[in-house]
Amino acid sequence: FFQYCLSGHPTLPCNVLKFKSTTIMLDCGLDMTSTLNFLPLPLVQSPRLSKLPGWVLKDGSTFLDKELKECSGHVFVDSVPEFCLPETELLDLSTVDVILISNYHCMMALPYITEYTGFAGTVYATEPTVQIGRLLMEELVNSIERVPKAQSASMWKNKEVQRLLPAPLKDAVEVSMWRKCYTMPEVNAALSKIQLVGYSQKIELFGAVQVTPLSSGYALGSSNWIIQSHYEKVSYVSGSSLLTTHPQPMDQASLKNSDVLILTGLTQIPTANPDGMVGEFCSNLAMTVRNGGNVLVPCYPSGVIYDLLECLYQYIDSAGLSNVPFYFISPVANSSLEFSQIFAEWLCHNKQTKVYLPEPPFPHAELIQTNKLKHYPSIHGDFSNDFKQPCVVFTGHPSLRFGDVVHFMELWGKSSLNTVIFTEPDFSYLDALAPYQPLAMKCVYCPIDTRLNFIQVSKLLKEVQPLHVVCPEQYTQPPPTQSHRTDLMIDCQPPPMSYRRAEVLTLPYKRRYEKIEIMPEVSNCLRIIE
Amino acid sequence: LVILLLAPGAGQDVGRSCILVSIAGKNVMLDCGMHMGYNDDRRFPDFSYITQNGRLTDFLDCVIISHFHLDHCGALPYFSEMVGYDGPIYMTHPTKAICPILLEDYRKITVDKKGEINFFTSQMIKDCMKKVVAVHLHQTVQVDEELEIKAYYAGHVLGAAMFQIKVGCESVVYTGDYNMTPDRHLGAAWIDKCRPDLLITESTYATTIRDSKRCRERDFLKKVHETVERGGKVLIPVFALGRAQELCILLETFWERMNLKAPIYFSTGLTEKANHYYKLFITWTNQKIRKTFVQRNMFEFKHIKAFDRAFADNPGPMVVFATPGMLHAGQSLQIFRKWAGNEKNMVIMPGYCVQGTVGHKILSGQRKLEMEGRQILEVKMQVEYMSFSAHADAKGIMQLIRQAEPRNVLLVHGEAKKMEFLKQKIEQEFHVSCYMPANGETTTILTNPSIPVDISLGLLKRETAIGLLPDVKKPKLMHGTLIMKDNSFRLVSPEQALKELGLAEHQLRFTCRVHIQDPRKEHETVLRVYNHLKGVLKDYSVQHLPDGSITVESILIQATAHSEDQGTKVLLVSWTYQDEELGSYLTSLLKKGLPQSTS
Repeated sequence: FFQYCLSGHPTLPCNVLKFKSTTIMLDCGLDMTSTLNFLPLPLVQSPRLSKLPGWVLKDGSTFLDKELKECSGHVFVDSVPEFCLPETELLDLSTVDVILISNYHCMMALPYITEYTGFAGTVYATEPTVQIGRLLMEELVNSIERVPKAQSASMWKNKEVQRLLPAPLKDAVEVSMWRKCYTMPEVNAALSKIQLVGYSQKIELFGAVQVTPLSSGYALGSSNWIIQSHYEKVSYVSGSSLLTTHPQPMDQASLKNSDVLILTGLTQIPTANPDGMVGEFCSNLAMTVRNGGNVLVPCYPSGVIYDLLECLYQYIDSAGLSNVPFYFISPVANSSLEFSQIFAEWLCHNKQTKVYLPEPPFPHAELIQTNKLKHYPSIHGDFSNDFKQPCVVFTGHPSLRFGDVVHFMELWGKSSLNTVIFTEPDFSYLDALAPYQPLAMKCVYCPIDTRLNFIQVSKLLKEVQPLHVVCPEQYTQPPPTQSHRTDLMIDCQPPPMSYRRAEVLTLPYKRRYEKIEIMPEVSNCLRIIE
Repeated sequence: LVILLLAPGAGQDVGRSCILVSIAGKNVMLDCGMHMGYNDDRRFPDFSYITQNGRLTDFLDCVIISHFHLDHCGALPYFSEMVGYDGPIYMTHPTKAICPILLEDYRKITVDKKGEINFFTSQMIKDCMKKVVAVHLHQTVQVDEELEIKAYYAGHVLGAAMFQIKVGCESVVYTGDYNMTPDRHLGAAWIDKCRPDLLITESTYATTIRDSKRCRERDFLKKVHETVERGGKVLIPVFALGRAQELCILLETFWERMNLKAPIYFSTGLTEKANHYYKLFITWTNQKIRKTFVQRNMFEFKHIKAFDRAFADNPGPMVVFATPGMLHAGQSLQIFRKWAGNEKNMVIMPGYCVQGTVGHKILSGQRKLEMEGRQILEVKMQVEYMSFSAHADAKGIMQLIRQAEPRNVLLVHGEAKKMEFLKQKIEQEFHVSCYMPANGETTTILTNPSIPVDISLGLLKRETAIGLLPDVKKPKLMHGTLIMKDNSFRLVSPEQALKELGLAEHQLRFTCRVHIQDPRKEHETVLRVYNHLKGVLKDYSVQHLPDGSITVESILIQATAHSEDQGTKVLLVSWTYQDEELGSYLTSLLKKGLPQSTS
């Protein structure tokens, strides 16, 4: 029983489990923080970006000045942004039998795995995960493909050259493995390998192992997985939430009696309280708009945005914002808003009850009907006619490196009346802003991460009592910037086994019994001896 | 072990489904329907069949509702609130959403319009729905530690499901109503090869192999079109949800293509609400609708408008969808009475009608109907029947049996004569027993389940390692001791069993003398025997020991000269009980004598 750890990112995991001669991949997250090293892709030619000076080495040599540009003391690669893939060399990925997906954020590397490694197995995921995952991929592909970039830099990746670069480029890992974005045909091919499953559905793998998705409470259709045979049980907990937002609540009871519990996807901002952040978000938004400024919210097209819109729905009238237009700009904005309304069975109890009436479960339907919220596929076309300021714009990508958000950063960055509010926790906001410096615009950081924090984890572990806990190494020590906070790590007995990228773990458990069946022909001739 | 089956309401009759299944000690009630042809006690199933004394809650482990049609759920509030049942009731999410609306509608017609008393109230419907647990498709619901149920997609109407009920190794699949061909708004029923001990299937259209759907649609459109062209009015009695939406999609696209102007109406406020359910539960519709819903929601109709009672007297052509579908009460009956006298008009019955309803009467050719107050209504309008109701036909039923591979089949929800025909066909084609119980009749089906046993891993590994590499195709003999203790079965090695039970091991040895004619010296005989055995038993370890004895695996062979006859040698063959097979084989082999040696 082995675990191969292919990703070092604790919230974008990719592990492979060898369990009773089946090979099971748990999630395939794509680490997109690599894109922070690249220059933004502007939709409209940006004089500022094109005038940035090339980077010159200390010794004055300029051979990299076409590939690397300098902006306010930071160095960026001037090229199509690239992503950091999970390890593909640690084991032969064509031997993977199945891939289990826990939520739509953790499947973004799927096309790289299914289309390039000889993978011939099946992928299992819930219907909302697949539909929304498709939207995220579509948005990603769209926002990169519609800004064709001639240059694809590769010189800087040379090990000898990389050594000479300033941080963080110098320390970037596995740059030779970084890949450009996949294409829509590849996305479609990858998604066609997915088989839809429902919560608590028992799926037999080759008669040897049974896997079951459970509600994890984090996003629409998000799941934890139980991987078990008759006498072993591994629980895979990834991206779970105990807060009451829109998804169905987390199923904790079914995690009990695990031999091993693999724990990933905890909150990335353990010190922030999501409720408080939502309050701050609303008040900052209101203040900016009242002062005549615009608000930019870089976000994913699904997930927390539904909760934010719901909060605003309750908030705008009382805050006197009824006349302020809210724009949601994404190639998949319409689809995302529509899809959110049809997954009644995957929603929390309150929202389910609304569907029984029948009313749409999310109030953004009403915001759209009353014209308070408008959605557009991009800034081109209808939007440019309807656009009124001051306004609030929700758009992607949260890395600020591609998508329509780049345009608004260039447009509004120079005025201190405007505010950009960061709600997605996946990217450091300072790094995200670096290529836009110097900025006059206000920046507010309200990260909303509803995933488990360390207090909730220790409660959960006490409740479900696994024999062993396995987790990324980041969770076994306090965060590097807050080394005194020993409360910000997993504390359990026996201490958790930790893993890091490209490591292979041997999981500790021992079987004593196996299940067989005695056929009626045999059992009929058995005689009992006492 | 036995699966007991009782059909209080769903035997050889279309009308009210209610089946009781008793499987491995668990009692499950499948559907709780009412009969729409009756207005008295007979409309509800007779629950005293289930248990004469004692509460239903104590007797039943759960109730499962397959879909929202009243002949499958109409008696539910009566059952849970008036007879009294507090256990869990399972149904899918759309069924849970829509079922209370239809119940309330039905209650209104019966109590408010017909003035009946002693009927369930609105509050009872609400209380009843509180006992409902909604299930996902394919979700395994653990009702208690032993009983689990699982829903499969059934087509038929929005949210319709087939259910698998499983206790240990024994299982039953109940189909409810299903449809094996996708239609304009729903997909086809599907089940995996779950090999249940019993498949309980509906058989409404047991003998019909229906002509192609396309032909029927064209026929329907032609008739509607002709009537409208000559200025007639078309009445289509439907259930508010289900077939109605399919026909609406059909007419809507036809109206658009032909650029027709005659108005289409849909009766009662239910329409809009009903369409809204379809929009919110779009994941339950067919693939095409699901795929395109973001661009164009098929359930937003342009040509179809809400009906007002006054419209019925408007001059000129029109098409009206009105509820209920069997013309037994309500708006469809009112409109029918208004329009029946004019031969230009037409009524199209798109579904099955239960005996006793006006729908059934006019379909069987009756043209003079006795209405309330002894009034005689003469039907001059044209009466058409078009089977649009989405049940599986004989072909579909056979297809489902092929998919699920049940060991027994039981037909319900059909007419006796048709069922008999299908029963023969099933028995011929699949060689499984097929049953068709009458109402209230009990069917007992014996199952022969395997017994699950825990085997110690040590034993399993040891036994599979013995001898040659395991051959998948050949059976392999295994030695072990089965221990039954506290309701658990464990297969362990004999040594472990002895240890656990604190018993001393006794060894049982068999010894057998075989006489062989051989005048040679003893050690030469031994050598001949050794060579012979080595030649025959190629796969075994045959050894010649220094003390002059031979071993074959653990079997010992010694030779001595006969005390009286030096020409005869006595072979002593000795083996333990565990090696009985090899030991007796060796003895019989040696008894045949040694081959003539050439030396």
